[in-house]
Amino acid sequence: MRRKIAMTVLIVVCTLLQCGLFRWIEIASVKPNLLLIITVSFGLMRGKKSGMITGLFSGLCCDLFSFDTLGFHALIYMWIGYLTGHFYRIFYDDDIKTPLLLVSAADLIYGVVCYISTFLLRGRIHFFFYLRRIIIPEALYTVILTILTYRLLYHLNQRLSITDKRSIDRLV
Amino acid sequence: MRRKNNDKQSGRVWLTLLSIFCIALIAVSFLKESVISPVRGATGILVTPIQKGMNGIGSWISSLTVNFSDAASLREENAALQEKVDTLTAENSQLVLEKEELSRLRQLLELSEQYSDYEKVGARVISKDSGNWFNRFTIDKGANDGIKVDANVIAGSGLVGIVTEVGPNWATVRSIIDDNSNVSAMVATSSDTCIIAGNLQLIDEGTLSLVKLTDENNKVHVGDKVVTSNISEKYLPGILIGYICELNNDANNLTKSGQITPVVDFRHLQEVLVILELKDYVASPEDANEKDEIINDLNDSKNSGNDTEDESEDPNILTAPRSE
Repeated sequence: MRRKIAMTVLIVVCTLLQCGLFRWIEIASVKPNLLLIITVSFGLMRGKKSGMITGLFSGLCCDLFSFDTLGFHALIYMWIGYLTGHFYRIFYDDDIKTPLLLVSAADLIYGVVCYISTFLLRGRIHFFFYLRRIIIPEALYTVILTILTYRLLYHLNQRLSITDKRSIDRLV
Repeated sequence: MRRKNNDKQSGRVWLTLLSIFCIALIAVSFLKESVISPVRGATGILVTPIQKGMNGIGSWISSLTVNFSDAASLREENAALQEKVDTLTAENSQLVLEKEELSRLRQLLELSEQYSDYEKVGARVISKDSGNWFNRFTIDKGANDGIKVDANVIAGSGLVGIVTEVGPNWATVRSIIDDNSNVSAMVATSSDTCIIAGNLQLIDEGTLSLVKLTDENNKVHVGDKVVTSNISEKYLPGILIGYICELNNDANNLTKSGQITPVVDFRHLQEVLVILELKDYVASPEDANEKDEIINDLNDSKNSGNDTEDESEDPNILTAPRSE
């Protein structure tokens, strides 16, 4: 229960940051993708199902708060969360390389999917321009933000796991 | 082992179910907007005050970082600005004279300042699109202040965009530099119509693409003013968009295309004005033709009768009379 509340608050706050405060830290009108970091981190730290649910709710929040097509980001983030959940097995406590690699891969995939569904379908065919101008800068910026935030998310997860365990112990 | 398999399967089942749910949501939000809009409205009401607060924090932080920039660059900037102040003061005194002349001429022509006649409401930009692909933003005023869907949004001297969604205390605006935006426009001097299309590929150059310009008499030149056209469905006529900076012949030799530089600084947009009046559009072809003729007549008489009038001095003046 505690975990659910904590996750909801985390996702809502991050969505507000993503849509609101992040426009002040844009570099060359590109901002990092915080919700993707959360989805990938929790997918990696807690497995497929968790990643899937986190992704779904992050995406829904994102669509609702930024008045996008409802369900679009939810679908992409959910799949990203599910797919990163496959790497749960190789998750080690103090390893930051895996999350960085996963986040960059996920952001590249996210960028390509966004390009295909919102630009290519309207006949904007210069893929390499968009790759150079938006997809790669966004991935880089997101990776930098991951270095800063992954520890925090990791500790949050640890703390929630401990309290989960304690409440189970108490019940027993 | 069995439990593991079950887990695996239930994961897949959930994934499939939720994917279908998402796709259904996408379909519904495309096909039946009315189902989704109450949910949107409710979240908007809840989120807008928080975003307003965050916006305050954001501007405070950005003002802090400005304080940290080093003194040398500030001194340099100060010198440059001083120079600019001098030139602008000189320019300004000249403009004051010309403004007087303009108002006199306006009185002579009995033209009213229609641009400032529209009732407007000021609003603050509080949030942006979550991704990097589009240029839409949310403002902190909505239906409570009289804003409706398709209301035109301006800032300073030019067109910013159009309202696409409205809640009680918020509204979303699609700016004209958005890749999805198409504005029906015309060249102020010759009334030749064209389309101003937003293009992500041109955003870095600070320009918008201009397409389908019909200019049979070759009267349009680089540097001409582009305003919203009188035959547009949603945009009020005569709002300044920008100046032509590049013009080429199309392959079909009938139309021209090029680029314009918008007058609004879209990077640093903080406050905008929303025009509460909507464009009344009657979709009948005769009507449109009639309007065109009237405007051409008026422009002809203006051009022949008044050589001294220089409209490019005041970006706010309407070049085409508003259609009734």
